[in-house]
Amino acid sequence: MHTDTAPPGTEAPAFYLDEDHAHESSTMLGFWMYLMSDCLIFAVLFATYGVLGRNYAAGPSPRDLFELPLVALNTSMLLLSSITYGFAMLEMEKDNVRTMQVWLAITGLFGACFIGIELYEFAHLIHEGATPQRSAFLSSFFALVGTHGLHVSLGIVWLIVLMVQTAQKGLIVENKRRLMCLSMFWHFLDVVWIGVFTFVYLMGVLQ
Amino acid sequence: MSSATGAGHHAEPHGHGHDAHGHDAHGHPAGAHGSFKSYMTGFVLSVILTAIPFWLVMSDVLGNAVHTSLIIMAFAVVQIVVHMIYFLHMNTKSEGGWTILALIFTLTLVVITLTGSIWVMYHLNTNMMPTSPHDLMHHKP
Amino acid sequence: MFSNPDLQKLVFGRLSLEDIPYHEPILQVTFAMVALGGLVVLGAITYYRFWGPLWRDWLTSVDHKKIGVMYIVLAFVMLLRGFADALMMRAQQAVAFGANEGYLPPHHYDQIFTAHGVIMIFFVAMPFVTGLMNYVVPLQIGARDVAFPFLNNFSFWMTVSGAMTIMASLFVGEFARTGWLAYPPLSGADMSPGVGVDYYIWALQIAGIGTLLSGINLIATIVKMRAPGMTMMKLPIFVWTSLCTNVLITAAFPILTAVLALLSMDRYVGTHFFTNDLGGNPMMYFNLIWIWGHPEVYILILPAFGIFSEVTSTFSGKRLFGYASMVYATVVITILSYLVWLHHFFTMGSGADVNSFFGITTMIISIPTGAKIFNWLFTMYRGRIRFELPMMWTVSFMVTFTIGGMTGVLLAVPPADFVLHNSLFLIAHFHNVIIGGVLFGSFAGVTYWFPKAFGFKLDPFWGKMSFWFWTVGFYFAFMPLYVLGLMGVTRRANHFDDPSLQIWFVIAAFGAVLILLGILSMIVQFVVSIRNREALRDLTGDPWNGRTLEWSTASPPPDYNFAFTPVIHDLDAWSDMKKRGYERPLKGYKPIHMPKNTATGVILGVVSIGFSFAMIWYIWWLAAATFATMFLVTVIHTFNYNREFYIPAADVVRAEGQRTSVMAGRA
Repeated sequence: MHTDTAPPGTEAPAFYLDEDHAHESSTMLGFWMYLMSDCLIFAVLFATYGVLGRNYAAGPSPRDLFELPLVALNTSMLLLSSITYGFAMLEMEKDNVRTMQVWLAITGLFGACFIGIELYEFAHLIHEGATPQRSAFLSSFFALVGTHGLHVSLGIVWLIVLMVQTAQKGLIVENKRRLMCLSMFWHFLDVVWIGVFTFVYLMGVLQ
Repeated sequence: MSSATGAGHHAEPHGHGHDAHGHDAHGHPAGAHGSFKSYMTGFVLSVILTAIPFWLVMSDVLGNAVHTSLIIMAFAVVQIVVHMIYFLHMNTKSEGGWTILALIFTLTLVVITLTGSIWVMYHLNTNMMPTSPHDLMHHKP
Repeated sequence: MFSNPDLQKLVFGRLSLEDIPYHEPILQVTFAMVALGGLVVLGAITYYRFWGPLWRDWLTSVDHKKIGVMYIVLAFVMLLRGFADALMMRAQQAVAFGANEGYLPPHHYDQIFTAHGVIMIFFVAMPFVTGLMNYVVPLQIGARDVAFPFLNNFSFWMTVSGAMTIMASLFVGEFARTGWLAYPPLSGADMSPGVGVDYYIWALQIAGIGTLLSGINLIATIVKMRAPGMTMMKLPIFVWTSLCTNVLITAAFPILTAVLALLSMDRYVGTHFFTNDLGGNPMMYFNLIWIWGHPEVYILILPAFGIFSEVTSTFSGKRLFGYASMVYATVVITILSYLVWLHHFFTMGSGADVNSFFGITTMIISIPTGAKIFNWLFTMYRGRIRFELPMMWTVSFMVTFTIGGMTGVLLAVPPADFVLHNSLFLIAHFHNVIIGGVLFGSFAGVTYWFPKAFGFKLDPFWGKMSFWFWTVGFYFAFMPLYVLGLMGVTRRANHFDDPSLQIWFVIAAFGAVLILLGILSMIVQFVVSIRNREALRDLTGDPWNGRTLEWSTASPPPDYNFAFTPVIHDLDAWSDMKKRGYERPLKGYKPIHMPKNTATGVILGVVSIGFSFAMIWYIWWLAAATFATMFLVTVIHTFNYNREFYIPAADVVRAEGQRTSVMAGRA
């Protein structure tokens, strides 16, 4: 074939591996990339809230609507679920399937409480006439908080699936990897929530 | 700029290829590496960092909306960093620095999207939609 | 169908027989042609008993090479559709003067220009670049597949679903009449109550998921799966541009997804993000969609830059001039592309300081782009240039793109933009860079890598015919639009009063006919090449005396790409290997670990068409059912842990032995 010969005296180095070359798993990096892209979805929703969030259209404003004690309760649910997920991860590293599942279940319950409180809040707002259709402020509020809630709900479903899978297969490498992905997802939603309670609720009430 | 410098950093572990590959912590990047102590530290810190802003706003401690806003935003930033370190286990080494690089890039874009949109739309509103004085009062950047 | 309107609504949503446009002759003919063409293809598949292999080896394949080829086939098919739209517009504008209304009424003309834009960007340009990246990147970095092979297959099928959804709008209902970015309030529920905008939204949402996932996939591939020794500064330049493109995809497409979701909330639920009342602001849509839109421009052009770099260096027989500067230019473009979005709507009225900021950033971004042109020129300087077809496309690109780039800088000056905004000057500018850059780049790439994918070169005569028709046709079709734009003619008009303009439109239509001949020559080129494949056969695997790793393996490459993982010592690895006397290993083969094929991607793709169709037509039961199905299929898929297998060493021995005898000329 191609016969450009090496200059005399230089020895050809190894151009290939004799042994099979296993790549380490790309899943965690790939999932992190996904989270980063999700971050930008939230960036758009925050930007929309930032631009439209004061267009009340003569309707209710955050001060009229938000009940901070409820938000504080909700925030604590999410924070507690974060630490319990952390405990689940510690048990996972010790390969204790049962204890890990218990912590996962507790995490799921806190998550469900969070969703429940949020739904209660939404129902309350809609009942008072503060619907997403009422003003651009309410549209962007429901979109931002609702998208976060949707993510948490998805996280709960995923958590249940993983509980079933760890029950079936135990803590094999794949399942551990999945649990770590969900861990990143769960904590990531926590981070987003910090933005939500600061930017939407607290600063909304301040205006 | 960011990915180029990242590239430079990253050159080493892959540089001498195969031997470096195998010994990287196998599939244990951002998700793992927590201890009971670090989780508890993170939790306590985030409880404090959450409680203070709520207290500042709910009891109207400072009596000044602008100052309170700035302070609670600072708390939010600190709390985000705390979560990143103690819960998401971010560090400069996991995945050869690619996760932190991606995070910095994303945060840059988030800041551009947020501030850019608000800046652009604020100028649009002041130039094109001078409406009632009531609305104007609310248009702070 | 049903006497009870409520029942009809429950079962069919807002779909009724009147939505089938059987009274429109143009659509009847189109439908007949599509149906006939479809039957011929299906018949041929049946006749040649190709269903089994098609399903096993292609549709369910997770092999990045097969998926890459399928992306490019999709791009070519959709190019025909998008170009048919272009021809119709050119014909309408060439005749519709004064008393002559032309043959396309506004409501039809508006759908055509919208469909043309959407199809050309999302379903021609994107599949071309994604396909080429998919095919080439793993081969160039010495990997056996991408990081997430199943996700790759899934991404492809989501893109196909999006394309199918748009095609469905041709025969059931209508497409959007809003222009390719569907600006509100025109695209809102009040102004566009029909299904057109919903087709638009769902086609893009579904295809967007695919694009995003393939972006993540390729980043992970490039970061994690490089062959040993391939440091970042030894990456082939096409891999670098692909990496930056996929970073842009991952960071920009979520923005599109979110914006379209907000628009659909306005349309479906009655929220007020982009409406004119109750505090909504349509300009926020402009702002957000262009935060995606401008990076999208670079998503398309960066891989093309990579292709041109590879081609220039190969056909000049030299190392790429200024490799490091090329890398830095690409990275700088990646970041700056997020700082220029407002130049698409200077006329919105944000004022002088905002406009001058974005005007300046736009001018700055032309600097790294200009630097690249010089790099290519210096690569050619004193090179031993072979004017093979890929190189011809490259030279044509350099001239054409430079003109397009200069008119772009002109548009970056806000006062000039106030005159030229939404004029045909703009249309000429972006066709100048997209055809001259992205399409010529894709054609160069397809011609360059075709022998790698199929083992024989493309016929050069018909290729050159196609090249000259495209190049000359491009100038005839778009230079008149610059002139018209400077005269103040706006875009998207289907009728004109001033007869003095007509001659320019006739010249443009002539140009479009030349491009048609270019496309036909391309089809002839494929047919002729397949027929003469034995004469065009390349047995070496390295027909162009290439410089990068993909040329070191067989053409077409075996499923596993490389029998042994290559070790890289230098930039232009294969060139280095050839120079230093690399001997192909002939023994010691081991079983190779590979991902298994799966039908999940196809199933999800098909069901997602049903889902988007149901959402478009308000058939809620079907939407719920298809959504539940997609959810279940996904969950069930995660219960399958058995996703990999080993190619036995004996198979590798057989495949490699065959290549050895072929190369020794005994086959």
